[in-house]
Amino acid sequence: MLKAMLGEAWHAMGANRMRTVLTMLGMVIGVGSVVLMMAIGQGAQYSVAQTISTMGSNLYILISGTTTAGGLRSGGGGGPTLTVADAEAIAELDGVANVAPVHQGTQQLVYGSNNWSATVVGTTPPYLDARAWQIVSGYPFGDSDVRSATRVALIGQTAADNLFGAEDPLGKTIRIRQSPFVIIGVLGKKGQNLDGRDQDDTLIIPLTTAQRKVFGTPFAGSVRLIMVQATSAEAMPAVEKGMTALLRQRHRLREGQDNDFYLRNLAAAADSAAETTRVMSVLLGAIASVSLLVGGIGIMNIMLVSVTERTREIGIRMAIGARQKDILAQFLLEAVMISVAGCLIGLVLGIGGALLTNLLSGMVIVISGGSVLVAFGVAAGVGVFFGYYPAHRAAALDPIEALRHQ
Amino acid sequence: MPEAIIRVAGLGKSYLTAAGPFPALRGVDLEIEAGEFVAIMGPSGSGKSTFMNLLGCLDTPSSGDYFLVGRNAAQLGKDELAALRNLTIGFVFQGFNLLPRMTLEDNVALPLVYAGFEREARRARARLELGRVGLGDYTASLPSRISGGQQQRVAIARALVNSPRLILADEPTGNLDSHTSDEIMALFAELNREGITIVLVTHEADIAAYARRQVRFRDGLIVSDLPTPAPALAAATC
Repeated sequence: MLKAMLGEAWHAMGANRMRTVLTMLGMVIGVGSVVLMMAIGQGAQYSVAQTISTMGSNLYILISGTTTAGGLRSGGGGGPTLTVADAEAIAELDGVANVAPVHQGTQQLVYGSNNWSATVVGTTPPYLDARAWQIVSGYPFGDSDVRSATRVALIGQTAADNLFGAEDPLGKTIRIRQSPFVIIGVLGKKGQNLDGRDQDDTLIIPLTTAQRKVFGTPFAGSVRLIMVQATSAEAMPAVEKGMTALLRQRHRLREGQDNDFYLRNLAAAADSAAETTRVMSVLLGAIASVSLLVGGIGIMNIMLVSVTERTREIGIRMAIGARQKDILAQFLLEAVMISVAGCLIGLVLGIGGALLTNLLSGMVIVISGGSVLVAFGVAAGVGVFFGYYPAHRAAALDPIEALRHQ
Repeated sequence: MPEAIIRVAGLGKSYLTAAGPFPALRGVDLEIEAGEFVAIMGPSGSGKSTFMNLLGCLDTPSSGDYFLVGRNAAQLGKDELAALRNLTIGFVFQGFNLLPRMTLEDNVALPLVYAGFEREARRARARLELGRVGLGDYTASLPSRISGGQQQRVAIARALVNSPRLILADEPTGNLDSHTSDEIMALFAELNREGITIVLVTHEADIAAYARRQVRFRDGLIVSDLPTPAPALAAATC
C-alpha cells in the first residue's frame, strides 16, 4: 500500500515537473542556508573554543594595585603591592593547582645581525602548566634556575621564526639589553589569544633573571601579576574567596578598605566570548530558519493548488473506495516527498557552500551530524505541517461534489 | 426468498437552491433482487441521477431508508461506506472517469490498492479484467491513447476488479456512438448472465431494452415499474 502510494506521489510530482522543482527550490534554499549558517556558526564556536583552550583553563590573574605619584595614577600593576611571597602563600590554599608570579614587558631581542621585539615573560616553572604550554624541543627551566637567576630562555614560535629563520634556535645565544641568554627550549604553537594578540611572539625566562637583568625593579620581590590556576571549575569560587581573604590579611587591609590588587577571572572572560559566538550562531540559524518557513509556505500553496486541480480525481478515487485517510495520506506523502527531496538537495548544496566558504575565505567551518539531522527532521516536519492542511481539505471533500467538479 | 440487494423506502432528497429547497426525490420505494438487470429511465430532472448517487453511497438521503445488502446505509460510518463502494459496488460513469496520467493497468488496479492487495496480486487481477473486456494488449497504454468505447471498457474492468455484487452505471453509453453503445451493453448483459446485479441509468429506450426491468422516474417519483417487453428484449440480445 505504502509502496503504491509512494509510486503515485512520485508520478504526481513528475506530472508537473517545473512546478515541483520550483516548490522544492524553497526547501533547497531553506535547508541549504540553515546548514551553511550552522556550519559557519559552529565553526566560529569551535575556533573560539580552540583559542580559549590555549589560554589555559580555570585561570585567575591577580594584578597589583596602582600607585599615585605627583597626582598621576599608574594603571593596574604599577604599584608594588603583590609579592613573590604572596604567590607562595596562595599556592598553599586548597583548590589551587598552579601559581606563577609574572613580570612581563616588551623587549628587543637580538641574535647576530637580526633583532626582533617580543613579549618577555619572567616567571616560575608552574607558568607552563597553568597555561598548558608544551615544549616541542629542548627542556623547560627549573626552580634552581629561578633561585640562581640563570640566563636561560624558552622561545615562542613567532619570535623564533623572526630571529632565527630556518635555523634551529636550540642552544643559540640571544641578547636582551646586552645580557646573553641561552635558548634551552622551544614552545609549542598557540596562535592568537581572545584579544587577537599573537601568543607565540614570546620569550619566557626565569622571574628573578627578568627582574634583575631585564626589567630592573626598584622593589625586589614584588611582581605585577600572579597567575593562579584552580584545580577545577567547581573550585574557582572557593579559591577566589580564599585568595582575596588571604591577600587582604597579608596586606593588612582593614574592614571597608578597598583591595590593593585587582582580580581577573579569565574563565569568565572565556565564557563570555564563548557565549557571544553561541548567540551569534543561534542567530544565524534562526535567520536561516525563516527561509525554511517560507519554503514550507510555498509547499502549502502548491499543494492547495494541486488539491483544487485534482478535485475530480479525488472524487473518482472516493467513488472506487478510497477512505478519507487514504486521500489524506496521498497528499501528505506528496508534500513530505517534495520537502524531503528539497532537503536532500539543500543538504548537498549547503555542505558544498560551507566547503567553498572554507576554501575561499579560510573561515573555520564545522559540519556536525547533529545539524544535518536537525535540518532533515525540520524539513520532514515542515512537509507534514504545511502539507496537512491541503491534504485534510482534499480528504474532507464531499465525493459527489468532487465528482461533479470540472 | 433471499434478502433484496437494494431496498429503499420513502427515499427523499432535497437540494438547497437560491429559491429554497428543491425536492429532487420525493419518497421513492423500490426493491431490487440479486441478479436483476434494471434500467432507471426518465427525462432529465426526473431525479434518476440523484437516485443513482444515493444507491452508490456517494450522497446521503434527506429522508427515508436505504438498505444495501441488508445494511442500513444511514448507520454506516464514512470508512464503512468507502468499503462498500470499494468491494460491493462497481461504478461506471458517463464520462468514463479514468485517471489520465495512469496506465490502463494502474487504473484498473486502483480499487485493489484501497482494498489492500499486494502489487503482484493487483497486476494479475488487473490484467485478467482487462483481458475480460477485450483490452489485454493495452495494459501499458494511457487512457488518452484509446477510443471512447475502449475507455468505457477499461472503466468496466475497473468496476469489476474487486468482484462486486452490484454494478451501478450512470448513462454509460451517453458519450458513445450507437455501434459502440451496443457493444458496451452486450458486455453488461453478459456480466448480468454471470450473476452480477446491474442498475443502469439511461434516457434512451433502445439502451434500456437490454435490461429486463424498466423503472421510470418523473418529477422525483416512480411512475412505472415494468418488465421489458419480450420482443424488445429478444431483439436486443440476439
